[in-house]
Amino acid sequence: MEQPEQKIKLTLPETTEAAAKQDDAFTGAAVFDAKNVSIYYSAFRAVTDVSLTIHENEITAFIGPSGCGKTTVLRTLNRMNDLIVGARVEGDIHYRGASLYERGVSPTAVRRRIGMVFQKPNPFPKSIYDNIAYGPRINGIRNKGRLDEIVERSLRQAALWDEVKDRLNKSALGISGGQQQRLCIARTLSVEPDVILMDEPCSALDPIATGKIEDLMHEIKSRYTIVIVTHNMQQATRVSDRTAFYSVLRDDKSDTRTGVLVEYGRTAQIFEDPHDTRTQAYVTGRVG
Amino acid sequence: MAAVSNQPTIDLREPGGWRRSKNQIATFVMYLAFVIILIPLGLVIFEVIAKGAKAISWQFLTNSTIPPNVMPLGQGGMGAAVVGTLEITAFAAVMAVPLGILGAVYIGEYGGKSWLAKLVSFMADVMVGVPSIVMGLFIFTVWVIPRGLNGLSGLAGSLALACLMLPLIIRSTYEMLRLVPNHLREASYALGATKSRVTLTVVLPAAVSGIVSGSLLAVARAAGETAPLLFTIGAVESTNSNLFSGATTALPSQIFTNALSPYVGAEDRAWGAALTLIAIAFILLFVARIVTARFTRYAR
Repeated sequence: MEQPEQKIKLTLPETTEAAAKQDDAFTGAAVFDAKNVSIYYSAFRAVTDVSLTIHENEITAFIGPSGCGKTTVLRTLNRMNDLIVGARVEGDIHYRGASLYERGVSPTAVRRRIGMVFQKPNPFPKSIYDNIAYGPRINGIRNKGRLDEIVERSLRQAALWDEVKDRLNKSALGISGGQQQRLCIARTLSVEPDVILMDEPCSALDPIATGKIEDLMHEIKSRYTIVIVTHNMQQATRVSDRTAFYSVLRDDKSDTRTGVLVEYGRTAQIFEDPHDTRTQAYVTGRVG
Repeated sequence: MAAVSNQPTIDLREPGGWRRSKNQIATFVMYLAFVIILIPLGLVIFEVIAKGAKAISWQFLTNSTIPPNVMPLGQGGMGAAVVGTLEITAFAAVMAVPLGILGAVYIGEYGGKSWLAKLVSFMADVMVGVPSIVMGLFIFTVWVIPRGLNGLSGLAGSLALACLMLPLIIRSTYEMLRLVPNHLREASYALGATKSRVTLTVVLPAAVSGIVSGSLLAVARAAGETAPLLFTIGAVESTNSNLFSGATTALPSQIFTNALSPYVGAEDRAWGAALTLIAIAFILLFVARIVTARFTRYAR
């Protein structure tokens, strides 16, 4: 599975235009298809008119300055924003052909397929074992042998098994921040989701822990589709296949601000040949 | 070395003058407050032990016949009142604790900003401030009077104490639920948990130690209440172990009646009953500590 991806990178043609064309031949099925999505918190419009397609087995990065709505868009993809009173979505978001915000769609069913890793590591105040077994248990798996299997598999996938295998029954709060974040990733993997949403998963970690999580993302992307919000542009270039650049649109008349999707494309194109001047200013570091 | 000695020496000690004095004054006031708080607390405990200890014996705690006031210490015992207090308080807790916790879960997790949640929350606040004797009068009016002479019973006392506990339990549980960080709820939701799962498997376990100690404080407080029992349980001199029928007695009531009596034996029995009541509350809180320590094994 990883072979063709590697090849693409190695044979990246001179112009990104041609690269995009060649890449499209390898593009996986659309996992998310968002059309004209606007997101409101009560009367405040946080994000305006976002349209983008997220592809299978790719890592898609959302970048942009603070307050541009990238986290808001991310949380809309698995209906986490439903938990915020007053949050409202307009427009269409389809997940593998099914409308996410249609009447009758259960947010619980959505989140079982679309997992999320948060900015701050948030393990439950339970043992390491119980943290991983939590998801399978709420899905009805009670068999001890089966749970043991899932715990080991998930921790191995998250490259944490060797570090914690001797203290599975110790508190998850006793391990380091980087380990806690990998534990949270393992917890997400335990329910075998289709998509993993990551909201700045490395912002609280040091470079070594960050590197481990980035390696982990590369390893699991053959089986999962990943969307990551990051403030770190180097991270976006290191891990992602596609990048969406968001920006803040200010309306001086009404003194309101709203997030917009400025540009979306292959990561190489966004960083090397941005079409929009705002993208260029941001990725070259002229505008923070 | 030469270079160092050429530099002016820097004074890294706490700056003197007013700033240092302010610190010292604040520290002194703090310790003073601590000592002042300790004085009444210590005196109460000392006095109760000093005067109550001589009354305490196995017979005092278990003998089911409360002697007439004129009798000296050593005759009969407070068994009837101990049984009454344990039964009445336990049944009140059985009614009030689950209801209070469920009410708080509704306000904190389910009600959101609905008018019903606001109403329940507001009423709980108001009820905290209602004097305990009013709770007794309330149960007297709606429960005891309609039943005539059969109305006085341990159950009526339990109802009055439950009314007293309920708002305390709702308030303390609600505060504990609010302390559960939202990111734990989100972690559970992100794994596809339903709201009831999140509440049962994440929120309540994270808050359990606070909920248990809050509830037991409410129980301990209610166990020592006299006023709500005055009109509800009547008075008897021997054990009535049937909570649901017939008048009974309790330690606070016995303290009240015996302490009013001019006889030395009765006075001693009042002190003994007071010490017993304090011991029961102490045991309750001690058990609460052990229970919550078990629950919070993984919280850091």
